[in-house]
Amino acid sequence: MSERFVEQVGQLARRSVVRTARQPANVVFPLVFPLLLLAVNSTGLQSATHLPGFPTDSYLAFALAVPFMQGALFATMNAGTDLARDIQTGFLNRLALTPMRGIALLGGQLGGVMAMTAVQAAVWIAAGLILGVHFAAGVGGIAVLFIFSLLIGLGFGALGAFLALRTGSGEAVQGMFPVFFVFLFISSMAMPRNLIEIKWFQTAATLNPVSYLIEGIRSLIVIGWDAEALALGFGVAILIAVTAVTLASVSLRTRLTRS
Amino acid sequence: MADEHGIVASGLVREFKKGPRAVDGIDLVVHPGEIFGFLGPNGAGKSTTVHMLTTLLPPTAGTATVAGYDIVREGPQVRAAIGAALQEAALDPLLTGREHLRLQTTLQGIPRSERARRGELLLERVGLSQAADRKVRGYSGGMKRRLDLALALVHSPRILFLDEPTTGLDVQSRSALWEEVRRLATDDGVTVFLTTQYLEEADVLANRVGIIDHGRIVAEGTPAQLKADVGRPTVEVVPADSEDWERAAAILARFGEPCAAIQGVAVRLQTGEADLAEIVRALDAEGLKVENLQLHQPSLDDVFLAKTGRSLEGAGEEEEEPELALEPA
Repeated sequence: MSERFVEQVGQLARRSVVRTARQPANVVFPLVFPLLLLAVNSTGLQSATHLPGFPTDSYLAFALAVPFMQGALFATMNAGTDLARDIQTGFLNRLALTPMRGIALLGGQLGGVMAMTAVQAAVWIAAGLILGVHFAAGVGGIAVLFIFSLLIGLGFGALGAFLALRTGSGEAVQGMFPVFFVFLFISSMAMPRNLIEIKWFQTAATLNPVSYLIEGIRSLIVIGWDAEALALGFGVAILIAVTAVTLASVSLRTRLTRS
Repeated sequence: MADEHGIVASGLVREFKKGPRAVDGIDLVVHPGEIFGFLGPNGAGKSTTVHMLTTLLPPTAGTATVAGYDIVREGPQVRAAIGAALQEAALDPLLTGREHLRLQTTLQGIPRSERARRGELLLERVGLSQAADRKVRGYSGGMKRRLDLALALVHSPRILFLDEPTTGLDVQSRSALWEEVRRLATDDGVTVFLTTQYLEEADVLANRVGIIDHGRIVAEGTPAQLKADVGRPTVEVVPADSEDWERAAAILARFGEPCAAIQGVAVRLQTGEADLAEIVRALDAEGLKVENLQLHQPSLDDVFLAKTGRSLEGAGEEEEEPELALEPA
């Protein structure tokens, strides 16, 4: 990897972070909204911990995995709408006329998304620690959790970039937000899968890849080192990341039809 | 060898999946160091041509070289040789002018040690040093255009593409941009390919003009040549005394055939503007006092009218250029 390429990625990632930081709504809502939901759910659903087989006696610890996923969804939207705006304003053409490699643009954009994901992950972890959550996998688990969230951010950021590059429309990207939220709600977000009594819901949650991401994160918080949950979680996250980055790269190549 | 070349296009065609041929077999030559004005109404195919010549859009047919490099086979070399400020200043409203230049110098591969100096130089040249640390969303249209131009010049390109650079600008901003473009061509030897829908812009700025309509070049030459091709100049005289109108008309009739006048009496000159001195002498010899005497040259709009049967003003309202969809046909 040449020094020039690294510089290009660095500058584009810097731009991505700067423009996000200069849009307070893009910083505040992805932090405040998940924290509010966490506060509401962890108090309102505490009694669920009395169910036989519930993995922890703290619903806060159980639900702490959810903000990581909500943050990833916001990352999808931000990455997608930013890139779509670049297409709509012609900024992408400006970049296309430089010797920059397309992968540097994608790398920069995703680098910025991951930087924001890192900030979000740090906030969730800090919030958990402040509110008394005991991280079952310890300090090492927190480090793995941090890396895991970056991987999820990469995958979902690339998904947003893919949508933007395919449609070229920020509105189209934002239109996908409710769809992603449906995936989040039809998952093991609020209840362990084995305790979901409604059969179709349990089946849907089992088929839903988001469940495995949540369960991977959750295992580090409430169980400890659960190899199966981590393998499934990382496996799904890597699959999403590889697929989304590949799709985004192909779409970028199509979008940049420069000769 | 590339330095000897400007732009050469032969049979350049661009078709879109849904819609007519946006560019329908364009042949053109732009000489190194000249300002070439590409004039036409909205939807004529100007921007599509620029997108092809800047390698952003592959042609459906035909060939073109820019700075001596083939636009299809040698895209990276073309891009290294050109700068472009495309329609609508493509800027990030959330970044400052200085941040734009930092990004652009990095992406263009300017050595790290030169980036800041180059950025400062360009900001100063386009008069944005004071506003360099303000976010672009607070810039006026003219400031955005000037920043756009500065960004296009970061890597000292030999050929500069300006796609309707003054659309929407006030007169002052337009004049300032013209001055800078002229300076680039005369002082720095930059070849400028400038699209415009403004007759005055092409007339004042361009060494040569190509007029495009419905994807085809309908006329090409220097503004003077094009105007000379379609008609001779007219002279209009407004006598100081209204009783002298018939006498004035009789004197003028010696130099050409009468034509419509705005205020006074007018003739279309038989031999061109060289007759002007003779007309003045004839009026003086007859003792006729003149309130106003004007020489009217044919305009580029007259050229457009002669070639297309329509006036350039408002011609583009009939149809818009197809969206520059990036999927090849």
